[in-house]
Amino acid sequence: MKRILFTLAGTVLLATIAGLALETASAADAPAESLKAPAAFESIKDKDARSVALFEEMGKVFTHPRCSNCHPRGDSPRQGMAMHIHQPPVVRGAGGMGAPGMRCSTCHGKENMPFVTGEGSIPGNPAWRLAPAEQGWVGKSLAQICQQLKDPERSHMTLAELQKHNASDGLVGWGWHPGKGRQPAPGSQTLFGELTQAWIDTGARCPQ
Amino acid sequence: MAVNFTLNGKPVSADVDPETPLLWVIRDTFRLTGTKFGCGIAQCGACTVHLNGLTRRSCVTPVSQVGGGTVTTIEGLDGPEAKAIQDAWVDIDVPQCGFCQSGQVMSAIALLREIPKPSDENINQAMGGNICRCATYVRIRKAIHNAADTLASTAEG
Repeated sequence: MKRILFTLAGTVLLATIAGLALETASAADAPAESLKAPAAFESIKDKDARSVALFEEMGKVFTHPRCSNCHPRGDSPRQGMAMHIHQPPVVRGAGGMGAPGMRCSTCHGKENMPFVTGEGSIPGNPAWRLAPAEQGWVGKSLAQICQQLKDPERSHMTLAELQKHNASDGLVGWGWHPGKGRQPAPGSQTLFGELTQAWIDTGARCPQ
Repeated sequence: MAVNFTLNGKPVSADVDPETPLLWVIRDTFRLTGTKFGCGIAQCGACTVHLNGLTRRSCVTPVSQVGGGTVTTIEGLDGPEAKAIQDAWVDIDVPQCGFCQSGQVMSAIALLREIPKPSDENINQAMGGNICRCATYVRIRKAIHNAADTLASTAEG
């Protein structure tokens, strides 16, 4: 009897995690959210207000699950549009690349790979890893995210380096090319880079 | 397109679509059936092999990604950690149905090669992606600790 119960429990567990892994299949069909270009903010005459508005537009990307899932607070990445805890269970580990025996590279390869089951895909990128713990922002307000991005102790970047990161980093860019079964980040990486530059040019103001 | 790599210590060449999963190549091309297909979505760990010494789920690995690399399957295991794990598995009869066990063994050996004396937390972190529907987890944990003790006593020996 005990054996039957264990087997049933195992079946239910596997079905549940498979469901979690594939839950974004319908979201993949949803169109990506739009992102306004910097020109759309030129009508805001007050420079500080324009800067804040630009950051709030950038915030659509920062807080999108494609980006936030790898900026967790704590040691567990998130997954899916619902941002549930990553399945299978994994931890941050050294360099944000997982634990011995279960690194990110155990499952994530150099590129997205469609599942052989025909539904969804596993994401991949040569640099696949978590953002530094100091750059975790799941659940934080845009004001808090803005402050930590501007704090070099936590962002490990100057504003110029942040612009380059947003505009051309390959792993950031994956957010707009996430593969079958995932909604891309809003807009495009080019637009995100342009918004970041415009935000810096207007004084890099943060929302209150 | 031919993909060349080292499989269990021998150079091999597979003339397959580069997007073919490594698991298919291991099982169908080279007839090494110890590595199992479980879920196909990197959720169960049954298909775990070592790629360049690290664990890798072969069901989500295009064979093109392996080109020039070194793949070890359950059939090609060697070395003190492999022997200690295999002996420990046999000593306490870890498997029940056994389907997941080659993946479990591959992950356990990879763990011991990096952490010779793992804590329960190390084991949880390394083995959390290997599911066992027979729930042999308690015996798996005990066998890993026993293998670590064997390795330590051998080293002292």
